[in-house]
Amino acid sequence: MSQTDARAVILERIRAAGASSSAPAEVPPPPPDTVLDESAMLELLVENLRDYRAVVTEVNGPELRPAVDAVLQRHGCRTVTVAPALDDSDRPTDAFTVIEDHGLSSQELDGIDAVVTTSRVAIAETGTVVLDHDGGQARRALSLVPDVHICIVRADQVVTSVPEGVSRLRPSVEKGLPLTWISGPSATSDIELNRVEGVHGPRNLEVILVR
Amino acid sequence: MTTTSSNPNPLADTMPTFIGMPKFPTMAKEALGNTQQRRNLQHATHTIRAKRAAVVGEMNDWEALRRNGADTKDEVLAHLDTYLEQLEAKLVESGATVHWARDAEEANRIVIGLVQAEGVDEVVKVKSMATQEIELNEALEEVGIAAWETDLAELIVQLGDDRPSHILVPAIHRGRAEIREIFRNKMAAVGRPAPEGMTDEPRQLAEAARLHLREKFLRAKVAISGANFAIADTGTLVVLESEGNGRMCLTLPETLISVVGIEKVLPTWEDLGTFMQLLPRSSTGERMNPYTTMWTGPAAGDGPQNVHVVLVDNGRTHVLADEVGRQGLRCIRCSACLNVCPVYERAGGHAYGSVYPGPIGAVLTPQLRGTGSAIDQSLPYASSLCGACFEVCPVRIDIPRMLVHLRTQVVDEHRGTRNAESSAMQAMAWMFADNRRLQKAQRAATLGGKLLGKRTSLGAIPGPASAWSGARDVPVPPKETFRQWWSRTDGGRR
Repeated sequence: MSQTDARAVILERIRAAGASSSAPAEVPPPPPDTVLDESAMLELLVENLRDYRAVVTEVNGPELRPAVDAVLQRHGCRTVTVAPALDDSDRPTDAFTVIEDHGLSSQELDGIDAVVTTSRVAIAETGTVVLDHDGGQARRALSLVPDVHICIVRADQVVTSVPEGVSRLRPSVEKGLPLTWISGPSATSDIELNRVEGVHGPRNLEVILVR
Repeated sequence: MTTTSSNPNPLADTMPTFIGMPKFPTMAKEALGNTQQRRNLQHATHTIRAKRAAVVGEMNDWEALRRNGADTKDEVLAHLDTYLEQLEAKLVESGATVHWARDAEEANRIVIGLVQAEGVDEVVKVKSMATQEIELNEALEEVGIAAWETDLAELIVQLGDDRPSHILVPAIHRGRAEIREIFRNKMAAVGRPAPEGMTDEPRQLAEAARLHLREKFLRAKVAISGANFAIADTGTLVVLESEGNGRMCLTLPETLISVVGIEKVLPTWEDLGTFMQLLPRSSTGERMNPYTTMWTGPAAGDGPQNVHVVLVDNGRTHVLADEVGRQGLRCIRCSACLNVCPVYERAGGHAYGSVYPGPIGAVLTPQLRGTGSAIDQSLPYASSLCGACFEVCPVRIDIPRMLVHLRTQVVDEHRGTRNAESSAMQAMAWMFADNRRLQKAQRAATLGGKLLGKRTSLGAIPGPASAWSGARDVPVPPKETFRQWWSRTDGGRR
């Protein structure tokens, strides 16, 4: 039988199941979002990021470049990849070899020490950073293959709750952009429930929060 | 053309029973003797349970979130045809190709066709319950396509020729020493061998998996995933994970095939606000899982450019047709019910004879497969009806009520066939029907009590009651009945 048949059969089975009778009269609304003032919200973000083993550096605007350099130095990185669209002010200095991504292969990325990206939204209540991979956020493979991910978050991108974050991301999704939600470095608890950081994703997540 | 209504039980052959699987009590008895497994399970379930309780406790109004989640799912199920059509239209608009599969066989055939069209003989896989349910790996293997599981626990299960025993942590029945042996003996045959001198330290084992799988990720042309959610009003698919193996599969290959159960739809993008809180907190007991990927068709210059979605029924419409049972389709596969279940904690996942173990498995499996086999008839009884599963379920599935409903169904199907239990029940009904018969029977029983002297319980009883008494203490009958006591003491006055 063809695909059209399979589709028709499944839809017909659904209609024959008569489930419309159990439709809720009205879906009760989710609980109201937590509201925090900006300083409390940023504090909560930092606390939750650290709780899931991300390393957080807080800086003022002009301190950003030196902060990026310092993180790279701390991890002993030499090569860094960035999106071509990443602003100069967000990049490491000439002390490092900066490789712009013009279609690097997965194998090439595997040989690079670190990546610097910006982000779209950060959620304080869960310690989550979300990338929609536009502009300086780079395509997905960049923040995945190198072992050190330096992610720049600006204070006005931070929201308190998950539903607030979701609402802010609708425009990105409508543009067809993919999203990556990141809460701490890669981790597994599959062996006797012992948490081990760094299986396949970057083993080091460094968040630089720009106030 | 067959529909659910014309065929009340179309499923028995769509989700294969684990080969030669005996009924639950037989399997459980074996599992209970495995002390290593019982230790692992006790540790695992109690640890995750405590983590879940802590992060759920952080929430202002968890109950309101649950109710919103449950009713959102009910809304989807009530108008599933409309939401699926909307999802399909959005997916197509975003550049994805949509396929429909009535059952496991059809889903597997579609996936095999897509993989063969790419001319490859291997795929990388993100952990997915739907593909386990349809036994996709076995189907791919049959046509010479290697399917590499990339979740660490799934890798342990696959290399060990084993079965998953938990929805979230499928290799939880294995200890570190066993895992080391599996890696040392099995990795070399399918790729990069385990490092020389690898110990059983979890960090070293995880590193071995990282190295072993990285070469597979970097060369893979085709990936296969499931999806935790599919958003109808945007055409977005969502996968939650921890290790980054999901991101590797969803990002690096050229072709991505996602096998999605038709009940995974959510109406709107904003519904994720609720479910991205309910799922991580209920599942791993974290505020948020380390990684989530969301994609809306292929993205220009980023990730797979051929994006396929296979929408699978495989018994779900059959569940949908059952008024009590349909709430099982709210399930978001968090596994919170496994971690609180006293039966699961002791019997382990294998005893349930399907990829869905624990309380949710005990209701979902017999609904998806029908109650034709011994294991599926016994599953609704694999519960003490304590209600803990309902209590923790993030979408308020009333599992105890469904278990009772399924027990009724199993009993009804066997009406007319005699066994020890039904004979005993018939005798009981005859006795209770008449006051004098009951008195006589009770007086007869006290005789037994007098004969047995000071014993308080009987050992195993031979004959038809042996199965029952094998797992329980049978009390010695009392030396006098209540009626005898009442007339001897004048109601306690003498």
